[in-house]
Amino acid sequence: MSALLSVENLRIELDTRAGVAPVIDDLSFSLNAGETLSFVGESGCGKSMTALAIMGLLPEKIGRVASGSILFNGEDITKASDERLREIRGNDISMIFQEPMTSLNPVFTIGEQVAEVLRRHQKLGRKAAWSTAVELLNSVRIPDAARRAKSYPHQLSGGQRQRVMIAMALACKPRILIADEPTTALDVTIQAQIFDLLEDLQAQTGSAIIMITHDMGVVAEIAERMIVMYAGRMVEHGNVDDVLSRPRHPYTKGLIGCVPHLMATLTDSRPELTEISGIVPGLNEFGQNACLFASRCNLVGQQCVQARPKEKQFENTQLSACWHAESV
Amino acid sequence: MNLISTVAQRVLWAAILLLAVLVLNFSMMHLAPGDVADTIAQSMGGADAEVLEQIRTDYGLDQPFLSQLSNYVGKVLHFDLGYSYFYNQPVTKLIFEKLPATLILVITAQLLALIIGVLLGVYSARNQEGWVSHFVTLFALFGYSAPVFWTGILLLIAFSLKIPLFPVAGMVDVTVEGGAIAKFLDLLRHMVLPVITLASIFIALYSRLCRATMMEVLQTDYIRTAKSKGLSTREIIYKHALKNSLSPVITLAGLQFSAVVSGAVLVETVFSWPGLGTLALQSIIARDTPTILGILFFSALVVIVGNLLTDLALRFVDPRVRGH
Ligand SMILES: Nc1ncnc2c1ncn2[C@@H]1O[C@H](COP(=O)(O)OP(=O)(O)O)[C@@H](O)[C@H]1O
Ligand SMILES: [Mg+2]
Repeated sequence: MSALLSVENLRIELDTRAGVAPVIDDLSFSLNAGETLSFVGESGCGKSMTALAIMGLLPEKIGRVASGSILFNGEDITKASDERLREIRGNDISMIFQEPMTSLNPVFTIGEQVAEVLRRHQKLGRKAAWSTAVELLNSVRIPDAARRAKSYPHQLSGGQRQRVMIAMALACKPRILIADEPTTALDVTIQAQIFDLLEDLQAQTGSAIIMITHDMGVVAEIAERMIVMYAGRMVEHGNVDDVLSRPRHPYTKGLIGCVPHLMATLTDSRPELTEISGIVPGLNEFGQNACLFASRCNLVGQQCVQARPKEKQFENTQLSACWHAESV
Repeated sequence: MNLISTVAQRVLWAAILLLAVLVLNFSMMHLAPGDVADTIAQSMGGADAEVLEQIRTDYGLDQPFLSQLSNYVGKVLHFDLGYSYFYNQPVTKLIFEKLPATLILVITAQLLALIIGVLLGVYSARNQEGWVSHFVTLFALFGYSAPVFWTGILLLIAFSLKIPLFPVAGMVDVTVEGGAIAKFLDLLRHMVLPVITLASIFIALYSRLCRATMMEVLQTDYIRTAKSKGLSTREIIYKHALKNSLSPVITLAGLQFSAVVSGAVLVETVFSWPGLGTLALQSIIARDTPTILGILFFSALVVIVGNLLTDLALRFVDPRVRGH
């Protein structure tokens, strides 16, 4: 069975003041139809860039796919025409962004913003698109949807705006939904509601979800497979259950150690919360031939600063880019 | 409901403002050096001391300032702007005769400037390295710093004298025969140069502002969302981005109403356009106080009404201004 989405040796470069930096450095993964894959990592690790690359929406002029490919149903979308990309976007692959407060256009009603996608891709007429938009708003649990459809974004709370974004993204029942930290900007209480909603809708549409987050708790809750990103590189990859119970990379271990309830369920003993000292390197330190996590790692050895770690595959398909993967 | 109360409030403020303008104008004219009675006498061919005294009594010029002021304000409230010594006509009639010519000029120039300014701005924001973009920057600098009368005279020399494409002066050619269409075309021919002259300053202003806001808007999250929906570039630019870029341009256009009016005075003078501007200049030269005051009052009215319309236009393009 071939994967729905298959990313192979993807390298994305950004122009910075200091020169060209590989914001995504040799990334490969695949996504199967209907599954939920999670990307996790601290801020600045290149998660959003990965998402934007799949959407074909890298920052204009300064960002580009330098090498590698992104195959959607076997078609390399890094080579697709703008016209073809516009057909795919919003229809086959859609995206929800991290910033619900600013991601909706302030001067159009939310109903119009949802209806627009339907007119574009489903070729619905004005009336049909509007009534389908109202149904969609209803299905993302916007109360009194028929009336609310005529509201403008500023009249809605952050949580409601994110629901509108979800309605818009799922309007055409895409094969892939990319959710880039959809709850980071929202109250914790809203967070669970949004995830429930996404899971319910996924059951209806059969969409595969790429869930981007910096929160291991979220990964544990909703994903089947996970990829841990650090400084533009994949450092660990595997089934969520495997990785959480036995991380094979010190960075993953550190991330798990930051989440209290996760620690409580994984170990019976009183969990000891840890934090990872130090910060994610800046863009101009990406791409060195060394382990970029070395400066924050307590297992660091000579080899770590001399060469980029080779990916090690374990029997359970778990993958780790660490020289000391066995001893983590 | 909300709209009506807001408009009512604005209209009330506008009325108060107009009253203040009226009082201020009148006081300033009163303080200006020179004797009005003398001017009147001159326009009758000179007079001796006795006749001067007679004129003062006739026109109420011998009364104390405050009673002259309240007299004037009272009359204006009854739509009577006084009587012109120079033209021997009621000022209101004089103004209404000249108003259409000025409105045609001013409104056409403003609309043209808005449309061209916005289109140039949008285009140059999308093609920041293209020659149009550089042209906009340069043109903005030129259009804004070149004095209106200078631009006007240059255009006159170029396109009426050297290359006689357009008439040198006036608004209509009385010798033109034919029906309404021929008359209309004649009017258009007369309008071209004055409208371009007046519009040029504002095209420069609007295109530069529109370019800047458009560039900013194109970087926003909601434009990224629009792209992620697979919309065409045309829809993204002319629907999603443009409507958001318009508010600042409309606000600026509203603020420019007073500049448009003063620009009209200069342009009308250069092109002998028979509007309020020419009337203003003539009445200033003739020291025709009631007419000057009337025109000043009317300009204030135009500016205030213009601002009211701007507010309404803003409410139309930006729902956030409307409130809940
Ligand atoms: N538009 C941009 N211009 C320049 N650098 C950027 C831009 N967007 C992101 N970056 C840089 O790229 C790196 C990865 O960013 P991003 O993909 O947004 O990380 P994440 O989503 O994991 O927080 C960061 O160092 C960030 O500063
Ligand atoms: Mg991000």
